[in-house]
Amino acid sequence: MVAAHHLRIHSIESFGTHDGPGIRLVIFAQGCQFRCLYCANPDTWDPHGGREMHIDEIVQLAISQRPFFGKRGGVTISGGEPTLQRVVLLELFQQLHAAGINTALDSNGRLLNDEVKALLAETDYLLLDVKHINDDWHKQLTGVSNESVLQVAAYREQTGKEMWLRYVLVPGWSDQPEYLHQLGRHFAHYKSIKKLEIQPYHRLGVHKWEVLNMPYQLNDVPPPTQTQLNEVATIFRQYFTEVVIN
Amino acid sequence: MDAIISTPAPFATGRWQQHIDVRDFIQQNLTPYTGDASFLEGPTKATQQLWQLCLDALKAERDNGGCLSIDTDTISTITSHAPGYINRDLEKIVGLQTNQLLRRAMKPFGGFRVVDGAVKEKGQQVAQHVREVFEYVKDHNSAVFQAYDPEILAFRSKGVLTGLPDNYARGRIIGDYRRLALYGANALIAAKKADKLAIDGELTEHTIRLREEVSMQIKALEDMKAMGAMYGLDLSRPAQNAQEAVQWVYMAYLAAVKEQDGAAMSLGNASAFLDIYIERDLQAGLITEAEAQELVDHFVMKLRMIRHLRPGAYDDIFGGDPTWVTEAIGGQLADGRTKVTKTAFRFLQTLYNLGASPEPNLTVLWSNQLPEGFKAFCAQVSIDTSSIQYENDDMMRECRGTDDYGIACCVSHQEIGKRIQFFGARTNLVKTLLLALNEGREEKEGTTLLKGIAPLEGEYLDYEAVMANFKKSMDEVARVYTKAMNIIHYMHDKYYYEKAQLALIDTDPGIDIAYGAAGISIIADSLSAVKHAKVKAIRNEAGLTEGFEVTGDYPMFGNDDDRVDQIACEITDYFFAALRSHKTYKNATHTMSLLTITSNVMYGKMTGATPDGRLAGEPFAPGANPMHGRDVNGAIASLNSVAKFDYNSAMDGISNTMSLVPKSLGHNKAAQVENLTDLLDGYFAKKGFHLNVNVLDRDMLMDAYEHPEKYPQLTIRVSGYAVNFSRLSKNHQLEVITRTFHENM
Ligand code: SF4
Repeated sequence: MVAAHHLRIHSIESFGTHDGPGIRLVIFAQGCQFRCLYCANPDTWDPHGGREMHIDEIVQLAISQRPFFGKRGGVTISGGEPTLQRVVLLELFQQLHAAGINTALDSNGRLLNDEVKALLAETDYLLLDVKHINDDWHKQLTGVSNESVLQVAAYREQTGKEMWLRYVLVPGWSDQPEYLHQLGRHFAHYKSIKKLEIQPYHRLGVHKWEVLNMPYQLNDVPPPTQTQLNEVATIFRQYFTEVVIN
Repeated sequence: MDAIISTPAPFATGRWQQHIDVRDFIQQNLTPYTGDASFLEGPTKATQQLWQLCLDALKAERDNGGCLSIDTDTISTITSHAPGYINRDLEKIVGLQTNQLLRRAMKPFGGFRVVDGAVKEKGQQVAQHVREVFEYVKDHNSAVFQAYDPEILAFRSKGVLTGLPDNYARGRIIGDYRRLALYGANALIAAKKADKLAIDGELTEHTIRLREEVSMQIKALEDMKAMGAMYGLDLSRPAQNAQEAVQWVYMAYLAAVKEQDGAAMSLGNASAFLDIYIERDLQAGLITEAEAQELVDHFVMKLRMIRHLRPGAYDDIFGGDPTWVTEAIGGQLADGRTKVTKTAFRFLQTLYNLGASPEPNLTVLWSNQLPEGFKAFCAQVSIDTSSIQYENDDMMRECRGTDDYGIACCVSHQEIGKRIQFFGARTNLVKTLLLALNEGREEKEGTTLLKGIAPLEGEYLDYEAVMANFKKSMDEVARVYTKAMNIIHYMHDKYYYEKAQLALIDTDPGIDIAYGAAGISIIADSLSAVKHAKVKAIRNEAGLTEGFEVTGDYPMFGNDDDRVDQIACEITDYFFAALRSHKTYKNATHTMSLLTITSNVMYGKMTGATPDGRLAGEPFAPGANPMHGRDVNGAIASLNSVAKFDYNSAMDGISNTMSLVPKSLGHNKAAQVENLTDLLDGYFAKKGFHLNVNVLDRDMLMDAYEHPEKYPQLTIRVSGYAVNFSRLSKNHQLEVITRTFHENM
């Protein structure tokens, strides 16, 4: 049980430059129900891990950092999967907005209910991770279905608020051209999508799997080459106006 | 279209015509530039050829153990050496310290023994006739030691007071080198003669001395004319065009570095001044942009070739053979206009045209009001070269009350031509804390340095008791430090007076006396540990602390956590107040810096274990930086902690060094430039004072560590200045590589 007004967090990165616009205070929330094979932060999975932090303290940090945000920066909640703590996050986002600080939510789209909808209403930038457009592959990669992910995307589109898609490129797993095109076609008409970010699979988290005594299944998978990344970007550029390699 | 060549427009008139007032000249004639960098030009053929000759000489210098050659025959003065050239036909700006590129000269009035030792280390001998001179005359070093007392000597030998300029020149004084260009030597001599006549009335020690000093200054100005004549330059009159303006400013600076070898010999704030001449010639069609850039490139090339003769021991304190030819660029004028000119851009452009370099120490005076185009160019240059540092112009203008200032050495404000500074290196404040924990005994050998420090009772250190002892120790250190400083500067004035620089400064200028403290982050963490966790001192048979056991977590400096950050501020304020309670020589105004230069490794070696868990011998963090790896919440939280120091308690500067891998700044160059700009805006809006920005891959540094020959120009910023990585000792290099890199992905 987490105490009222507290967020269970994994860690803080005060100089986030890859999770939304500008310089961002990124709070990594603890807890995730996905089991992505490439997860770089498996130590965020356990919803009872990490430490509790009062949201006033987070707001205080953000205010202290506000001069660095300039015209673009703000606060991003990443994870783990932040929507597991949607109720307290809504409260946090409201307070941040009251302080004139923009909010971003980096979510895997695990859940869509009224509480999540309320949170999304306070979210200026939804960074939605679409792990795979094909449900079988999605299940293989993450252990769960992508149904809710697509629902979250559709709902966000309906609200008209800004969304960025994030796509982790894992060679041999999420680089099949037919599915990349399928993803493009699925989202091409979405007006809320301002950007698609390709996130190259990397192996910086492998040691954490070892520490947690879990077998790492992607040992044979190399990070994508620049050529592979460019090829995928070329495909996505047929559907999205802004495609960046993050 | 051919440029129309016309006679240059006359300068706008003003007070500067009746008085020596360069600032007024700038105010009346400046052309602020608010555009971007697209106008800049690359190097000319001549620039490339000249720079290649310099690179060859630099390689020969490296191959020869870091010193190409020494003139062991001559005491360096303004006129001591025949003219020297890199390649006379190609040089737009002429003048070398000696008759040969990179040849070092002896300036023995700071301390003959040191010069003698430095020459011997290189396997050579000082000429007999030079040696004989010092059988008759006294130098600064011997004079200081005649006045020192046992207490000062003990503090010095035990490493509580370090790096004091008692056996080498104090430096830090910035002549207003622009004066020679604007007025010519004759007008300056006339003004000094008038000043001297005006020193009258009942004569005191001060005024008698002042008369003598002004006479020496007049002599220096005469010598400058003679030096100019050797190069075929008539320095008696004002400069008449851009080329002459640059040349005259350089000649004035050259006179200073021929006479003095102070640790830091800054150039000041020349770019806006020079821009007035360059802009005027451009407008008249007398020069092209490529030629304007060439003048700046050749000037900067000369500044990169400045050398002083140093002993090996000096390198332990100031790694990388620095000269601190610091040039302050940009900033705003008091009336709200920007001081950024096209020539500010041109100075930064030299880092592309000649490649990265530690010298001149290019320092951007950052204001949130700076034009966006300039901010973006600075950020881009930082990302590409890691060769510039930033200081808070908004804060300095407000607190120091002038918009015409330079940076002496790394981080120290100095109003140009109006004030000077007495350099005081720094005390190892961590040693002071250890004195407090050891009844006033030095932690290594147990020598008693302070009396009346009570033993600490109980198994665990008690915060109140530690604080009480520490404050008492700081009081004592401040007292002894002041004694040393007063002696040093009294003697320096007497035996190694900076007549060339002071000839270019108002007669009887204001003086700051610059104290320093090293190790503030260790102190903050140590006291935080004592306060918030449990700390047990492990003592040897003599009762001296040799280690500490810390039980429990404690907040660490560098995470934007007031529980510890406020301790760092409290100690800084306290120590500065302790210094201020003492009277200073010439009634100089107290200032203090939180700075280590590159000596953080050396300080670490000399200092025993500390209550924060740091082991004996482990390096300090550079400057006011948080300790390595303890700022776990990322770069901004770390910056926020350092920004909390009160500038009023550390007006000599608060140094902070940040090393980032390019990726952590953003996913592409455009994002990196935007984010670095926001970061600088944020840090200075938070009243941060200074920031070194390194944007480097750790892999690249590792490669440079193993293959230095592949990276002759790799430059990194360390605690207030830039160094050539390959010229650091292997120890220093490793320390830089292991220092906190912010590598979030
Ligand atoms: S959703 Fe994110 S945190 Fe969760 S398993 Fe996947 S990669 Fe890891």
